[in-house]
Order: sequence, then C-alpha cells, then structure tokens
Amino acid sequence: MEVELLEIRQHMGRFPPFEALSDDLLDEVVGSIDVAYYKAGEEILALDQELHHLCYVRSGAVEVFRRSGDLHNRLGEGDIFGQLSLLRHRRTRYPATAMEDTLLYFIPEEMFHRLCETDDVFADFVELQRPRLESAVEQHKKNNDMIVTRIRKLVTRYPVMVEASTTVQEAARQIGDFQASAVLVLDEPVDNPRYTFRDSEDRAWQVRGILTDSDFRTKVVAEGRPPETPVGDVVANRVIAVQSDESVHEAMLCMLRNNIHHLPVMHRRRPVGIVHLSDIIRYETQSSLYLVSNIFHQPNMEGLARLAPDISGAFVRMVEEGADSRMVGSALSTIGRSFTRRLLELAEDTLGPPPVPYCFMAMGSMARNEQSIVTDQDNALVLSDDFDPEQHDAYFLEMAKIVSDGLDACGYTYCKGDIMATNPQWRQPLATWKRYFSDWIDDPNPEHLLHSSIFFDLDTVHGENAMVEELQDLVADKASRSSLFLAAMARNALNRTPPLGFFRTFVMEKDGKHNNSINLKRRGTAPLTDLIRVHALACGSRAQNSFERLDDIDKTSLLAPGVSDRLRYALELMSMSRIRHQVIDLEHEQTPDNNIEPENVSSQERHNLKEAFQALSHAQKFLKFRYPLPSSRSR
Amino acid sequence: MTMLVPRRPQIPDWTAYLAQRAEHAQDARLARFFEAGTPSPDTPIRDVPMVALDMETTGLDARNHAIVSIGIVPFSLGRIQLSERRYWVVRPQRTLHAESVTFHHITHTDIEQAPELGDVLEDLLEALQGRLVVVHYRHIERLFLDDSVKARLGEGLMFPMIDTMAVEARFQRQTWLARFKRWVGRPPASIRLFDSRARYGLPAYQGHHALTDALATAELLQAQVAHHYEPEMPIGQLWT
Repeated sequence: MEVELLEIRQHMGRFPPFEALSDDLLDEVVGSIDVAYYKAGEEILALDQELHHLCYVRSGAVEVFRRSGDLHNRLGEGDIFGQLSLLRHRRTRYPATAMEDTLLYFIPEEMFHRLCETDDVFADFVELQRPRLESAVEQHKKNNDMIVTRIRKLVTRYPVMVEASTTVQEAARQIGDFQASAVLVLDEPVDNPRYTFRDSEDRAWQVRGILTDSDFRTKVVAEGRPPETPVGDVVANRVIAVQSDESVHEAMLCMLRNNIHHLPVMHRRRPVGIVHLSDIIRYETQSSLYLVSNIFHQPNMEGLARLAPDISGAFVRMVEEGADSRMVGSALSTIGRSFTRRLLELAEDTLGPPPVPYCFMAMGSMARNEQSIVTDQDNALVLSDDFDPEQHDAYFLEMAKIVSDGLDACGYTYCKGDIMATNPQWRQPLATWKRYFSDWIDDPNPEHLLHSSIFFDLDTVHGENAMVEELQDLVADKASRSSLFLAAMARNALNRTPPLGFFRTFVMEKDGKHNNSINLKRRGTAPLTDLIRVHALACGSRAQNSFERLDDIDKTSLLAPGVSDRLRYALELMSMSRIRHQVIDLEHEQTPDNNIEPENVSSQERHNLKEAFQALSHAQKFLKFRYPLPSSRSR
Repeated sequence: MTMLVPRRPQIPDWTAYLAQRAEHAQDARLARFFEAGTPSPDTPIRDVPMVALDMETTGLDARNHAIVSIGIVPFSLGRIQLSERRYWVVRPQRTLHAESVTFHHITHTDIEQAPELGDVLEDLLEALQGRLVVVHYRHIERLFLDDSVKARLGEGLMFPMIDTMAVEARFQRQTWLARFKRWVGRPPASIRLFDSRARYGLPAYQGHHALTDALATAELLQAQVAHHYEPEMPIGQLWT
C-alpha cells in the first residue's frame, strides 16, 4: 500500500462492506477514489441526475430523500449511498443533500461493479432487501456453526508452579495457600522443547509434570517419603496437556482417555491454567436440558425458586453456542412450561386430585414458543363443563394462586394486565371460553381486540389438552370467515410501527426525530408478531409459533412470493438482536430489558436492523389493503 | 475619503510575467511550461483546473535546505481527482545532515535510491502545466522550487498560486472582528492546515506527508470557497 493513502484505507477498512474486503482489493478501491467537499445544505445528488460513483461519507452527515420529498435515510461517517442507482443503471432515484459540512469519497462505477462481481459479501451488502436479510441470517448461522466452546473458557486462573528442587512440603503448602488442588513442576529445559517456555524474566523453563492432591497421598505419604523430598523426585516425567483453543469436549475426552482428573491448559508452550474434571461437569450441567430435568426433581416451591438464576445461565450459554432465535425461544418456553407444570403437580399434591378435569393454558409468547428472558406470566384455566362454581371454584382458585405465586418467585412476574388464572374471568368452563371467543370475533371492539391478540396465541401447559384444541379449532374456523374481525385486527396490528433506522448514536424516527434508545420488542418483534397473527388467522392456521404460522401462510396466496421469507428473516434478525443485547445486559450484571442503545449496535447490525424495520414497514402498509373494512356488517 | 478604502493586496500581473518568462526561457521544459501560461485572472474559479501541491523539505531555509518529496493532486472546485495523484521522493544535491532527516516516513535508504530533482522536473512541470497551483503557505513551495530549479538550470521557476493559508488569514486575521480581538489581547486564530481544516468540519489527517497534505489542501480550498465565495469568484482575486 502506498503509505500516503493509509489514512483513507484505515477509515474505509473500519466500515462495512469494505471491512470484509481482501487487503489487495481494498487497496485498489482506495487508489481509485475521488474526493469532494459539500457545505451544509448543499445538494449532492439531484433527482434524475446521472450517477457514475458510489458515494462514501468520510465526515459530516447526509440526508437522502424519497421522490416524494419524504426523508428516506440519514447517513453518517462510513455510510454509503448511490448503490441503488448504480445497480439498476438508473438515474438518481433518491436525491441527497449535505446536512452538515461533509467530505465525500467517490468510488468509480467500474470499481463498484468489479467489487460486486468479485466479492460476495460486498454484493450482498449493496444488493437489496431480501437477499441481504437472508445473507445476514445465514452469515450468523454459519459463523456460529464454527463456534465451539474452547477449553480456555473454563480456565479461571494461572496455575501454581514450583521448581523441581522445591520440597514436597513447600509444594503442599503452596497448594494450600492458593486453594488449588495441583501444581505444575518446572525444570531447566532439557529434552522436551514442546513444553519449553520463557517466563517474564526471560528465563527458560520446561514443564516436567503435574503433582496433584492425590499424588501427595499415593506417592509421598503412602511411600513414606520425608517432607524434604524434592518434587522433581516424585513427579512423573510426562505431561498430558491440551492447547487452550481445543474444545471442551476434546479436553473431556483427553481426561477420560488418560484416566486423569487434572489437565494443564497451554497457550502454545506456556501453561495458562489447570482444568479439573469437576469444572467440565459444572459447565456441562449449565445446559437447558439439565435445568428442565432439575425442575421436575424439586420437592417444593423454595427449591424451584432457587433454580431461577439458572435460567439466565442457560440462556447466555445457548446464545453463546450459536442458537438461533427459534431455539432460544423454544428452550425458554420449555423451561417456563416446566416450572408451571411442576407447580401444578405440587398444587395437586397439596390440594388433592382436581374435582373436575381442567387444562392450564399459556398465552402470548409462551404459547408461541417465543419466550424471552424478559417475561411476565400470561395464563388461564379452562375447566370441564361439569364445573360447578359453588363446589369447585375454591379448589381452582387455590391452584391458580399456588402457580401464580410460584411463578412470581421463580422470576416470572405477575401479569400487569391481570391475565392470570387467579382472575375469575380467566378461570371458566369450556362453554364460557367458547362464548368469549365467539363474542370477540363477532364484535371486535377495542377491548375484544386486545383480548384476541393475547388469547389467540394459546397452548396447553398441563391437563386435558382436548379442551384447548377445541378452542384453537374455534378460533381457526371462525376468525378466517369474519372479514370484519380480520380488518379490525389488521388495524390493531398497525398501532406500533418501527423506526426508520439509526443515525450515529440515535434511533431515527420517520419524521426525522431522534431518540436515545429503542424498545426492540415494542417497535419490532411485537408488531411483526401481530402482523403474522392476522395473516395466520385469515388462513385458518392452527399454528401458534410465528415461523410455523408463516409456513402455513406460504401454503396460501395471501402474500406475494418472497414476502414471507423477508418477514422470516426480519423476525429472526430483530429477535436475535434483542437476545444478544439481553446477553450483553446479563454479562454486565444489569437487568436485561428489551431496549437497545444505538451506541452498542455494530454498524453491520444497524444495517441489518434497518432492512428488517423496512420489511416490517412495507408489510404493515400492505396489511391495510389486504384486509379492508367490509362495507356493511352483514358478515 | 481615502481612509475608508480597504487595503487591497498587491496582485502581480501573472499573465504578463509568464509570457515574458516563456520568451526568455533557455530550458525547453521551462519554456513549454511558461508557454502554457495561466487562465486569465477574470476566469471564474469554477472553470479553472487546479492542482494541489505540497513538498517536504529538510528545513525551512531554501538556501540551506533541500526538497525531499513532492506530492500533487489535480482537482477542480467540484471534484478532487485523487486517482490522478503523483508523488516523488527526490535526492537532494546538498548534503543531508543526519538530524535533519529524522523524517516521518522517508528513510535515508529511500532518499539514496531516489532520483534527483532534475530527473523528475519534466514530469512535475507536465503535471502542473495549465493548472492553477494551490498550496498551504506559499513561501515554502515557491522559494524552494525557485531556488532548486535556479541552482540546476540557472533560471528559476515562479508561477501564480492560491495560498489557502492566506485565504484563511483573510477571514481569521484581517477582518475587523479579528483585529479587534487581537487589539484586546486575544491570541490570533491558528491558520495552520490542521486547525484551518477543523473549522470547516474536515477530518484530521495524519499530517506531514506531501501527498496527504496536498489532498488536505485541495479539500480546504473547496471548503473555503463553499463557505466564503461564489463559484464565479475570479481567480485573479485569489492568487498571489
């Protein structure tokens, strides 16, 4: 690289899509650019102007407008514009103006097309919408397939090390002082360069071996050796170690193969820690599978409440191992259902068998298998039609209380909207529920619409599943035939809209206003889930999970080809973004929430989220036209 | 009455000067350069092809120090053609003091292997020919070029230049407000390249490389014109 252009190269190399370019290609790009300065307010691109460059914002800020004059985007340092016109060989469709004093770099058209042809990441980045969302999701999956937990993750501190001439007594004292259970024995480098390293004083050492707790018992005390014996005489002259980037699994196999409980971990030739078999067992038990089986072994509510912190542990672990949003949502829902079921079992143990058959139902995210780490409880009881309030309600109220209090103790807070089985309105026989549901569909007033959007995500947690299935069938049959209800639900689904995107450290709204943070649930995943629910109801789908609902919608012609894929990718991206930010919160020992702060959003993530917001926004516009209000209330 | 007439800088008649030099030039390269002349002083800056020039020298005194590198970037008011940039490292005829070459990125080896200024003069003049040269602080570039060329060919090299430092001084040093501030004891605003650029929101480049500084100068002039002048501004009012 010519040194004089390093300045420009370093800048471009920090921003996507240039950050992913090979060094040679980036050098060529940098060598080909032209530059221009624009004063604040000055027009950069006029509508229908011919364009032969991709524009890169080196400093300042640029506003891009739609043909209509509406703000389309606001761009800052490192952003690009003009790619659309270049790709379509069209004149400028989105005019641009400098919002502040701005320095632009121009990448010539020929270079742009060459980048598109030679670099897939670049092509994906500048290509429009669906392909980009798709590639973003797939890129995430691909990256995570390669992630295996490395053994270094389990190393918490440096190993205790002694020289071979140290007495066994001194070595034993050091083990005690450091509360360790083994020491590494070092010697002058002799025969094994594989384990030879230099310490901070540049002295060369060779790892001779490891001396563990049990070695003191079997090799020192049992053999009657005096405390003055040098450790070098006791330690076996062999080292079994793993490299720090080996997988946990590999390390475990190594221990089993060699029948050892301590394993030195090396970074190249330098020892960085010692892992004990118990470290690996503890790590393995932090899985959601283990948590679920543990839940069912708890004898009482206190025991269950003690497991609450393990939920976030399992959550973080899952995300780090590369789970996608469906895996995370389904695992958290399973954990939540398990808590609920165990509480119901405990309630039945306390209260005796139920007087009439019942089914305990979950609503909302748990029913959809999309639960997040930030959640409250939404539940209800459907009772057999033999239910007699006088005789039986005391039992079920008590049961509902046990479950609701128990869930609260386990971290699933009480529902603020009182959607809980403790509320008599939501503790009713099947016939009453059927009447509720029919009324809501026939008369979609605001209160009924609110109920529909909660209760029409419905699933069994425990009990007589058949009753819930009857309710699900009723919704699927009746809702799809009521165009008034669908039109009302469609309008209801437009109450919450996504923002336009990000600009520097702000969330940018469609009217150009800025906010400091965004609630990604309220402004992203929830409106998208609402929207998918409307289409699912329209096509009579019995699925509860949003992705499965999209599969059902695909079997109809409700959406134009390709649209459902865009929605899938948008949901996955927004969900994963929310999940990743919750992991960040947990890692910083903060209470996780649904907010993301733009300064914590990488520029690639911003880009993807903006696309996802756009996909949602387009789908919302379509919803209104797809489900028009019927002219009369005949249906 | 005369007291109210603002002081105008004296503008040399560059067109006549270049024509006269073209007539008397001995060296063919210089003759070609002077014959190309310059756009007339009433040409709007919008229509003038320009070239930003920066050089690194072993010191500040043209008589005792030498040029070690030259960077040029052609540009117009609308666009800086960085892709057309040129850069030369040159070997000084005068001996280098070891301490004076503790430069930035140019090593002794670079300089030892570099061509002599006389060898790159043809390329340099060709790249400057027909373009209005823009520099930041003209006294270095003008004196060093004139002196070095005179030492080699017996005749010097002088041409009109826009000096972005002088332009900046007009707005930071010579306004009534600036004079008033100085009168009340405030330190004058810095008109160094780095500080001048910051006033226009231009990014901080790592300075002291002839090519980076030439690019920085071109950007600065674009910004100065955008902020203080119209694109119709005649170049005769900017050059010195």
